[in-house]
Amino acid sequence: MNIRDYTIQSALKEMRAGTLRAKDLILSCLENIERYTETYNVLLSVAAKEDLLAEAKKIDSSGYDKPLSGIPIVLKDIFSTTSLRTTAGSKVLENYHAPYEATVVKKLREAGAIIIGKANQDAWAHGSTGENSDFGPTSSAYDIKYVAGGSSSGSATAVALGMCLASTGTDTGGSIRVPASFNNLVGLKPTYGRVSRYGIIAMASSLDSVGHMTKTVYDNALMLSVTAGIDPYDATTGQKSVSDYLSAISSLQSLKGITIGVSPDYLTVGKKATDGMNPELEKLTEEALGVFTALGATIKEIDLPHTKDALETYYVLCPSEVSSNLGRYDGIRYGNTRDAFGLEARRRIMIGTYTLSAGYYDAYYKTAQKVRTLVCQEFEKAFETVDVVFAPVSPSPSPLIGEFVNDPLALYLSDIYTVPVNLAGLAGLSLPAGFVGTLPVGIQLIGKQWSEERLYAISNVYEKKTEWYKRRPKV
Amino acid sequence: MKYTPIIGLEVHVELGTTSKMFCSCPADYFGKKPNTQCCPVCLGLPGALPVPNKKAIEQTILFGLAVHSTIAEESKFDRKNYFYPDLPKGYQISQYDEPLAMNGSINIKYQMSKIKNSDQKSKIIRIRRVHIEEDTGKLQHMVVGGKNVACIDFNRSGVPLMEIVTEPDFRSVDEVDQYVRRIQQIIRYLGISGADMERGSMRIEPSISLLDIKYQKSNIKDEELPKYRVEIKNINSFRFVRKALEYEIVRQTRLLESGVAIDQETRGYSETQNVTVSQRGKEDAMDYRYFPEPDIPPMRFTQDQILKIKDQISELPDQKSERFIREYGLTEYDTDHLIDELKTAVFFEKCVIVANTGVFKKANITPKIIANWIINKKTDLSINESQFIQNIASSLVVMTVSDEDIYSAIKHVLRVNVQAVEDFKAGKDQVKMFLFGNVIKELKGKGDKQIIMELLIKELRKI
Repeated sequence: MNIRDYTIQSALKEMRAGTLRAKDLILSCLENIERYTETYNVLLSVAAKEDLLAEAKKIDSSGYDKPLSGIPIVLKDIFSTTSLRTTAGSKVLENYHAPYEATVVKKLREAGAIIIGKANQDAWAHGSTGENSDFGPTSSAYDIKYVAGGSSSGSATAVALGMCLASTGTDTGGSIRVPASFNNLVGLKPTYGRVSRYGIIAMASSLDSVGHMTKTVYDNALMLSVTAGIDPYDATTGQKSVSDYLSAISSLQSLKGITIGVSPDYLTVGKKATDGMNPELEKLTEEALGVFTALGATIKEIDLPHTKDALETYYVLCPSEVSSNLGRYDGIRYGNTRDAFGLEARRRIMIGTYTLSAGYYDAYYKTAQKVRTLVCQEFEKAFETVDVVFAPVSPSPSPLIGEFVNDPLALYLSDIYTVPVNLAGLAGLSLPAGFVGTLPVGIQLIGKQWSEERLYAISNVYEKKTEWYKRRPKV
Repeated sequence: MKYTPIIGLEVHVELGTTSKMFCSCPADYFGKKPNTQCCPVCLGLPGALPVPNKKAIEQTILFGLAVHSTIAEESKFDRKNYFYPDLPKGYQISQYDEPLAMNGSINIKYQMSKIKNSDQKSKIIRIRRVHIEEDTGKLQHMVVGGKNVACIDFNRSGVPLMEIVTEPDFRSVDEVDQYVRRIQQIIRYLGISGADMERGSMRIEPSISLLDIKYQKSNIKDEELPKYRVEIKNINSFRFVRKALEYEIVRQTRLLESGVAIDQETRGYSETQNVTVSQRGKEDAMDYRYFPEPDIPPMRFTQDQILKIKDQISELPDQKSERFIREYGLTEYDTDHLIDELKTAVFFEKCVIVANTGVFKKANITPKIIANWIINKKTDLSINESQFIQNIASSLVVMTVSDEDIYSAIKHVLRVNVQAVEDFKAGKDQVKMFLFGNVIKELKGKGDKQIIMELLIKELRKI
């Protein structure tokens, strides 16, 4: 068997039927890790084999009664764990072992999941290609010359290459949705405050969301039903009860009665911001929209005029918070000094320090907060008439490794479709939508706050029709 | 003196909550083994998040209400960013532009002169704001293995700290002294902190500048205030506040008199040398890069919630003093002593009750007598009230003399002081005090003074 052919759903089904053991899953993961992790630069730490097998043995004798019994999971290396070091992809934390575990990690362990390793990422989650990792870039599972997408780069490639059945990520401006789309995966950035951030190293606290990458919508809903909820250790978790995502999934058979919003602002802004959308990607995006129409959905044009300002707003607010959040790595604690900060982290620390400085605060931070409010209001208005908003994830498929290494601004611009969702604290789901050559691409569905069940239901209908997830990487 | 001091104060008070400001570690760190009361949150570990302590917020509002402040209906936390080894997150969670309470005031009394019982004046000190923040860790410099090292104790990190900021309303060191004692008293009455300076749970940072005397009038407008301000840090006793300010007044006077313009600066007070030392000039002024704390949602308070907190305010010193004067016929001098510490006031009132019940009723021990005993005899308040009243009662018995004895003493005194009696008759009323003194001497101090005086006058009239 190869775990690449499984989803969480099918693995659980077989384990519960007695035709598969957790041990088999772990051994297959380890085999894939051994085979690919160095060449694709996927994982920064892997749990000891004997520990993993001991955990699997325990689960194999206990009846698979938990929601994720025996499911091997990879964590982005920004989730604090006591068992493995937590680097955030930065040399500053190269040898940092957290004395406590993130709430999400605890919940996953309690649900029976086995933490198999921790994934490479852009250092401190700064980036959209994975190339800002102080431990080197991660390759796309579908073409080793291309980037995995970031910042949750290793998390995406790990699922696609069969090193686990699901992974965790964080999404501050697209960091789950972009790598998911570059690796033919379903990636959810939940509503801000849906999943606890406690124990997850902060990038920009008011924008950070914690989510998952899986092969299918069902698997993603299953992961969220384990990790979502109020956490007494995170004051920003929403006081909203958790929906039954799994039953929500099968609540729709077609998309009749569903209205999908499409904003021409997205395409025009996308064209202006970058050198235009990749034409093949544009064609695939239109085809995907055609699928939604064919499934019965009504397409409605909506106005999101502040989209053009969202990027500037994001790149003021995000570095401001980054500059504060990275202040604690002062060289006194955690082993390494500030010299170990990479270029992108330094860039953001400097920008953020500037935008918060006396005399500049009003012009930058405060103005950005006002625009942020406008972006929120604009979405609120749109959701009065549509169920979800349809958008691309990225203006192009995976770039070549090194393609943008000397042009950080161009990379910032490629976040155009993902950052508005974080500014407004909404839910965004990235779904496989086909291939440009060897490279997979995704489309994005944006839902209002706390609308994850709706997003899953709509996505599930689309997934059943397209089944892109069945295309495995050729390795 | 040619200059009048213009002083404003920042007072930091650690609240006596059970747990810290943003985590559940115990807040009482005093005397505990270093780094035994900390967790990921107060150590500022990567990924840890603050969850605000409701009790500490309520106590800050409670204090704000007690000093007549306006309570914010909307408030929030902000990050104050700066580097220091005792600040593990690289920022302190504080409040910047939306403090919990604003525009309060406090009434202080101060003696016009050093003479006891001289006229007291009262003055209003305006409180600009009251806000809540977290305390930092503590650096300890020590020698380990023959090396000088700085160690950090994080037990104090994250302890709730209330900051009370006044307007620059003080014009003398005495006023400052009265104010800080008053603040301490109110805080203790509210039961929100021990406000103990020796333990570091109350810390004071005065800002002082000198104003040319020609401006000295009761209302100095903001624009007339000096253009500079010297802030003094690290003061941990009432005595040192006084000394540091006195030192600054002398230092600044000298500078101004020699024509030197004083710059904005931060100075530290050295207890050992009794001087202030420059720490930071204007050009090194910190830019704290305040911005709203994204990890904590903004707070909203309804009028209902504020009223509920207001209900928790027990009787404050001023009200207690007024009531004692009204109910027990005490003087302001008495009540100042009795209310100074809440436990004294409580002891006094319990004694009044005991004195009015059962066996003691007959002894006629008035509240005034009780007050005098408490004030003059430096009573140990740990004894029980019945025992205390018993002591008063027995001593009154010893002191009692019969009216006959008094009469015979008076008669004896009048007999041997013929001249004085003549003078009295001639209208020299004050002579009676001389005679009274002699009667007291004759009785060896026994007997009720008031009765003795009454009887003496009665006898004198007879002659």
